[in-house]
Amino acid sequence: MWHDAVLVAGKDLRIEARARVALWQVVPFAVLVLVLLAFAIGPDQASLRHAAPGIFWVALLFSTVLAIQRSVAVESGEGTRDGLRLSGIDPAGIFLGKAAAVGLQLLVLQLVLWAGITFLFDVRVHVVWLAVTASLLATVGLACAGVLYGALSAGLRVRDTLLPLLVLPVLAPVLLAGSKAWEAALNGNAASGGQWLKILIPFAVIYLVVGVVLYGPLQEAA
Amino acid sequence: MAPVVHFRAAVALAGRFPALAGVDLSLDQGEVVVVVGANGAGKTSLLRACAGLLPVTSGEATVLGVDLTTDHTSVRRYVGLLGHAAPLYDELSAAENVQFAVRALGLPVAGANEALERLGLTGRLRTTPAGRLSAGQRRRVALAALVARRPALWLLDEPHAGLDATSRALLGQLIAEAIVDGASVLLSSHEPELSVPLADRVVSMGGGRVTGEEPGGRRVTLTAVPTAGPAATARAAGATHVA
Repeated sequence: MWHDAVLVAGKDLRIEARARVALWQVVPFAVLVLVLLAFAIGPDQASLRHAAPGIFWVALLFSTVLAIQRSVAVESGEGTRDGLRLSGIDPAGIFLGKAAAVGLQLLVLQLVLWAGITFLFDVRVHVVWLAVTASLLATVGLACAGVLYGALSAGLRVRDTLLPLLVLPVLAPVLLAGSKAWEAALNGNAASGGQWLKILIPFAVIYLVVGVVLYGPLQEAA
Repeated sequence: MAPVVHFRAAVALAGRFPALAGVDLSLDQGEVVVVVGANGAGKTSLLRACAGLLPVTSGEATVLGVDLTTDHTSVRRYVGLLGHAAPLYDELSAAENVQFAVRALGLPVAGANEALERLGLTGRLRTTPAGRLSAGQRRRVALAALVARRPALWLLDEPHAGLDATSRALLGQLIAEAIVDGASVLLSSHEPELSVPLADRVVSMGGGRVTGEEPGGRRVTLTAVPTAGPAATARAAGATHVA
C-alpha cells in the first residue's frame, strides 16, 4: 500500500509540476480571495487583523476545492480512469497517494497565504507551534476529505459544480477550528487555541481511515 | 487445463441496459480469438467484462480462475486491456507512462525500456509528453505499456485502429510472441482482413450474445515451449488466487 501511495503521489506531483495548474491558477486564486476579502472588510487595520485568520482559512478552503478538482481531472478521461483501475495499484494506496499530493500542494499554498496575511494585514504569529500544528492537521483532513469526495463525484458529468456543494459543508469544521486555532496563535493564547486541535485531530483521523476503507468502492461506483 | 476465459449465459449491465445478454464463450491458454460484430454488438463490453471493469451480474464468468460474479477486481492486474482511449497521462512522457504501468505491478523498469524499444519509441519520442504525440504514437505507447506488463490475457479492442502498416505488422508479431510466452488473446475487430489471419477462432456477436463461431486463419506455427503461462505470471506477480 505504501509503495503504491508513493508511486501515485509521485505521478500526481510530476503531472502538477509539468501542468503548473497549482502555480498559475490555484495560488493566484488564493491570493485573489485574500485581497478581495480584505477589500470587502475595508481599510481599518484593526478589523483586518481581527479578520485575518478567517480570511486565511476561507481562502485556503476555496483553493482546496480547486486543488481537488485538479486531482480528479487527472483521471477524468476514460483511458486514464480505466488504466488506474487496471493498474493493480491498491485503491487504498491510490487514496493515500492522491491525498499526499494534494496535501503537499496545500502546505505550499498555506506558506503563501501566511506570507500574504503577514504582508497585507500586518499580523504576526506569536505561537508558531500552534499555527503549524493546526495547519498540518487541517491539511491532512482537507486532503483526505477532499480526495474522498472527489472520488464520489468523479464519474458525474456535473462533478465540477457538484464537488464544491458536497465538500464545502463537510469542511466547515476545519474552517471553524483552523480559524480559531490561528486566531489564538496570532494573539499568543496557546491554551485556548489548543482546544481547537481537538476538532482537527479526529477530523483528520476519521477521513484518513474512511478514505482508506471506502476509496475502492467509491472508485468502482464512479 | 481450465480455460482462461469461461463465460456461460453471462449477463452484464451497463446501467439498466444489458450490455452482455447471456454470452457463451471459452478461451484456452495460448489461443487467439477474434470477436467480430456490428457496432453495439457487445464486443467492447465483453472485453471490459473480461478485464473486470464491467461487473457480470448473472451466469457463469471465470477469467484466469477468478470468478467474476463474486470478485471482478482481483483479475485486473493479470490482464492487459488496449481500449479505444489510451490510458496515458498527457503531461508524462511516453517512457514515464510505460514505467508507471510497470512499477504499479512491482515489475522491474528494465521491462518498460525493452517494450519502448520494441515499439520503436526511442529518441525524442521516448521523452515527448504523451499529450503531444499523434493518435498512432499514443496507441503504440499504450501497447508498449501492455507488453511491458506481460499480462496472461491480452484484451485488444480494435487494436489496428490508428496504426500504420509497420505498426500493424509489429502488432501481429507481438501477439504471436505473447502466445509463445503462454498468454491468450481476445481481440475485437472491424477489420477482418487484418485480424482473422491472427486468429484460431472467429466469434460473431450481436445483441450482446455470441451468435456464431468459425475457424480463424492463424498462420503462426508454435514450436516453442511456453515459458510463462498465466499461473506462472500470476505467481511472479504475487497472486495466490489465480488458477
